Amino acid sequence: MRITCPHCGERDRREFYYRGAAVDLDRPAPDAGEKAWDSFVYLHDNPAGETRDLWYHEGGCGAWLVVTRNTVTHAVLKTELASQARS
Amino acid sequence: MVELLATSPCEGLLPLCIGQVTLREEEVGHLTSLAPYRGQSDALSQTLHSAHGVAFPAPNRVTGKAGARAIWFGRDQALLMGPEPDQSLRAHAAIADLSDGWAAVRLEGDGAEDVLARLVPVDLRREHFKRGHTIRSQIFHLNASISRVDDNGFVMLVFRSMAASLVHDLKTAMEGVAARG
Repeated sequence: MRITCPHCGERDRREFYYRGAAVDLDRPAPDAGEKAWDSFVYLHDNPAGETRDLWYHEGGCGAWLVVTRNTVTHAVLKTELASQARS
Repeated sequence: MVELLATSPCEGLLPLCIGQVTLREEEVGHLTSLAPYRGQSDALSQTLHSAHGVAFPAPNRVTGKAGARAIWFGRDQALLMGPEPDQSLRAHAAIADLSDGWAAVRLEGDGAEDVLARLVPVDLRREHFKRGHTIRSQIFHLNASISRVDDNGFVMLVFRSMAASLVHDLKTAMEGVAARG
């Protein structure tokens, strides 16, 4: 598996650390209420198809990335900097 | 009275010469991390140029030459290698002294590319990785900075605590390449 880092170019998977679904970028406000926080912490999708994940380019430039990939075909469709995906 | 003597990161481990390839410790002088504040990249580059004669490097590039180099060191970060950092840089960037924190070695000679091909998951052949290019990647299991500083020479940096592992991994690869003749 290879991931294209926006800074470094196409790199081997071994350089990256996997964080989890990119829902972390949409963290609720501290006072958003129990329901929003319950959903954020426990109720995750498990899609067969396109999913957005957070990866950290640990063995490279140190950037957090949002990687869009397909869990059925294993195709990596898109990578972008988490700082830009969020704004 | 105890007398403390400074030792270099690879003291007692280098130099090595195996086959056509040599590995020796690189004299780097001061090592300084430069991390520009938001929106200050251009101002930092100008200040860096007037103070030390080097521009802030684009991703995967090195600016300057022996004595004063700026090596791209990761996202929005560069490593100033050589001079003591000028205080004027502080207006535009977070500055951290990393001298003594990193081990620096130079790998040279015909076959240096073959040695690194055994350890680094990135194509470092001359057609793709020219003088003045740099990467952040891994040397075997060690996170490293690798730069081509001349046609046949690479400068590599790893955390100082990893110096012995770095030399061991490179030595093993150098022996493997030499054994193939």
